[in-house]
Amino acid sequence: MTLLGARPRIAVIVFPGTWSERDFAHVAVEVLGWEAQLVWHAEAELGEPDAVVLPGGFAHGDHLRTGAIARFSPIMAAVEAAAGEGVPIIGSCNGFQVLTEAGLLPGALMRNDHLEFRCDWQWLRVEQPRASPAWLGELSDGETIRLPISHGEGRYVADEETLDALEAAGRVVLRYAAAGGAVTHEANPNGSARGIAGIVNERGNVLGMMPHPERAAEEEVGGTDGLRLLRSLERWLQEQPAAVERGL
Amino acid sequence: MTLAPPPAEQRHGLTDREYELVVEALGRAPNSVELGMFGAMWSEHCAYKHSRSLLGRLPREGARVLVGPGENAGAVDIGDGRAVVFKVESHNHPSAVEPYQGAATGVGGIIRDIFTMGARPIALLNSLRFGPPDPDEETDPTTAARNRYLMGGVVGGIAGYGNCIGIPDVGGEVVFDPSYSGNPLVNAMCVGIARHDEITLARAAGAGNVLLLVGASTGRDGIQGASFASASLGADSEERRPAVQVGNPFLEKLLMEACLELGATDAVVAMQDLGAAGLTCALAELTARGGVGAEVDLDAVPCREGGMSPYEVLLSESQERMLIVVPPGRVDEVRAVFERYELAAAAIGHVIDEPVIRASSGGELVCRVPGRALADDAPRYEITGSRAVPVDADLEALAGEPADASVLLDLLASPNARDRKPIWRRYDHMNGTNTLVGPGAGDAALLRVKGTRHALALSIDGPGPARIGALDPYLAGASAVIEGAMNVACSGAIPVGITDCLNFGSPETPLGAWQLERAIDGIADACRILDVPVVSGNVSLYNETPAGPILPTPVIGTVGLLEDRASAVPMIWRDGDELWLVGDPAGDAAALAGSELAWRRRRRGGTPRLDLPAATSVVWLLARLAAGGMSGAAHDLSVGGLAVALARMAIAAGAGAEVELEGERPTATLFGERCGRAVVAVRPADSERLAFTAREAGVPVHRLGRAGGERLSIRAGATRLAVGLDELAAAWGAPL
Repeated sequence: MTLLGARPRIAVIVFPGTWSERDFAHVAVEVLGWEAQLVWHAEAELGEPDAVVLPGGFAHGDHLRTGAIARFSPIMAAVEAAAGEGVPIIGSCNGFQVLTEAGLLPGALMRNDHLEFRCDWQWLRVEQPRASPAWLGELSDGETIRLPISHGEGRYVADEETLDALEAAGRVVLRYAAAGGAVTHEANPNGSARGIAGIVNERGNVLGMMPHPERAAEEEVGGTDGLRLLRSLERWLQEQPAAVERGL
Repeated sequence: MTLAPPPAEQRHGLTDREYELVVEALGRAPNSVELGMFGAMWSEHCAYKHSRSLLGRLPREGARVLVGPGENAGAVDIGDGRAVVFKVESHNHPSAVEPYQGAATGVGGIIRDIFTMGARPIALLNSLRFGPPDPDEETDPTTAARNRYLMGGVVGGIAGYGNCIGIPDVGGEVVFDPSYSGNPLVNAMCVGIARHDEITLARAAGAGNVLLLVGASTGRDGIQGASFASASLGADSEERRPAVQVGNPFLEKLLMEACLELGATDAVVAMQDLGAAGLTCALAELTARGGVGAEVDLDAVPCREGGMSPYEVLLSESQERMLIVVPPGRVDEVRAVFERYELAAAAIGHVIDEPVIRASSGGELVCRVPGRALADDAPRYEITGSRAVPVDADLEALAGEPADASVLLDLLASPNARDRKPIWRRYDHMNGTNTLVGPGAGDAALLRVKGTRHALALSIDGPGPARIGALDPYLAGASAVIEGAMNVACSGAIPVGITDCLNFGSPETPLGAWQLERAIDGIADACRILDVPVVSGNVSLYNETPAGPILPTPVIGTVGLLEDRASAVPMIWRDGDELWLVGDPAGDAAALAGSELAWRRRRRGGTPRLDLPAATSVVWLLARLAAGGMSGAAHDLSVGGLAVALARMAIAAGAGAEVELEGERPTATLFGERCGRAVVAVRPADSERLAFTAREAGVPVHRLGRAGGERLSIRAGATRLAVGLDELAAAWGAPL
């Protein structure tokens, strides 16, 4: 469907213990017809991708703290540089944890309040999608989407000041919600502050979220809401002036 | 030649006669290291001394079988040059004393068996048995609390290992019965996919080839785990906690990725994981299968601590280790792969032509043992059992009782029937994005095979009803096979292979021996009639506490193949669907024998019956209905019988049903648990076609009624009950 040479190319970072890289690559290559490059954590170069994915898993065994060792992996210098250049970066699940440890996003992900791992389909309310046109351009403000969650340490925490600042800047983009979109205590699967499931950086190119968009990209596995994040990226890339130069 | 055997405490569990056999095999008295090696390898856990001759009765041939029993796991062809590789294994004894690590390392061990074969693991399943979680007249509060502790630890261990390594846990079953108090059962199954040419066997070959020990270093954990697993649990079992290994799923993840990367090359001659009896077992099995020997330098084994004796190094059961046979010219290339994953790969020796394992330490030979003597020459004991005295129970009176809604609600809320979501939501069941039907959503888990139109239907099942083994162990074996086949058939698949885990008490008692033999015969007969081979398996004996043996518990892991996953059948009916009972209407009192209801009512006897050819016809009919696009929904009858099956479907669909049945024994009709039966929902226009197809297949079918409405309403003879969906869901959703 897509023309040769015009395909978005994503770099998917693989730390020792990462396990969602193949699922992201599957969606990119088999579902969307993109190119996906798995990049081992010990590499120094990303290879100029259109976007970077930090997938789920247990990077470095989650030893010490989730993401705490991963932030020191050699590839993270290149990821941080790319973030600074405005390259779209998504960190899902363990990738979100790595992004907060690396200081690319504020706050931290702590153990779920009920102390158990939780895997389930979860409703999420989308807020301020325009804060991240690269990842959320195809979504609308206030709509409810459904994605899988799978984590033991997904409770988002930050001090009140940071939380207020995030909200004021419209950088809270996903909240755990009930089916109708209400953000309630019951709908919060891990005790995250203010039901926060996903946030973006100031520039909007870096998105961190606990849910797994790559697990909701085909109808037969239960839904396609996750695919809409990647479709957003595709459209955003096409709209970029630089895309003309790159032949996108 | 007569040699006085050493005293019992130095014989590592070997009997006098077994000691003599060791002397015969070696032509001399063994030294203490060799004796330890024989003790572990000739334990029941490793040598299957009491079950091996019986296991020969299981059918293992089939057109699709690529690798049968005897390797790390079995492999079955699923077309397109792909194979499904699978096995089930028990970790009962370790879980009884250290539930978290016992269960975690059980999961780790079975995963290693799959990737050792060169297959990428895509799914885990597990079958669990615990004592009752709530106190009652049979279970005191301390015991119930202990049962809950064991369940929490086991579920936590399964979750902790599987979630971290990233293999989805897609299905399983949990049964509670007092016989498992103090002796829980933890059976873990792993399923992988490989291309035919990626399958790696564990047969050492080629003198001069290097033996690489890869993965974790060797410590003092799990020594004598194999012999611990081969004795009954007693009051002092808690003290055997050091015999339980400690798992590291992160390390195993690295090991798995490295091994799979290597499996795709031709640099590896053979691969064997280290499990029970550690290095000893891996060396013995690799060399025995290949008809070669090995020369090993124990000083080259990376150890966690100094001063480990040769005995400890040879018998440590430290987890996450592999032994790999590599041609000398490829060692650097193989090492480089492991180094990238930050794993140690130590050359500890090489293959030799002479079929003997020679290990040295400090320049001195510490053992010289033929691998075959360790792996294959353990004595086999013919066990002779005696039939248990049949127990009678007045099931006829129970069968004729009219039932009301409270009976259904009680059963739905019973620990053996209620919602398992509190357990499975702790398992990542979606990793890999292959899960089309996950836990709780169908009778079998359904996973797509990427790159094909196929799906695999996976199920793990014990006997149905769960206590039938107390009344008839033959039917325990047969019904577990039928249960698994029914579950995959309900989703539209045909069973293509099974793996079995035989959990029994001591085979040295007449009752235990009889139960084991009868159950194996039941499995064998059901497999033959279904034409499904047993490709791998495991035996766990001596599941006894001072209070007695467990219920005979054969557990069957079933793999079904759905050629075109577009024809998969859900368990959710739609408004207006016509509901049919497919199979034996089971209006007889015997259908209640062993059932949850009979057990709760203390009618713990009777003579259960199962017509194997008839049940098999139901299995094939279900697959045919699915392929013909006739089944709108299907669900097999298990715990709580027809009434509970209907309630489960109604809850899943969020739509009730109006049902009416004939029968003079309404309680048997509604709550009998004879297996090999299912509820099938079809569009009204398809009803005639269903009836015709069933008639052709010689399967009795009965029209039950129609789906729709806000309540489940059942009329059976004099019994009339109607329960709202909310009330059904509340009962079923009682927290576990």
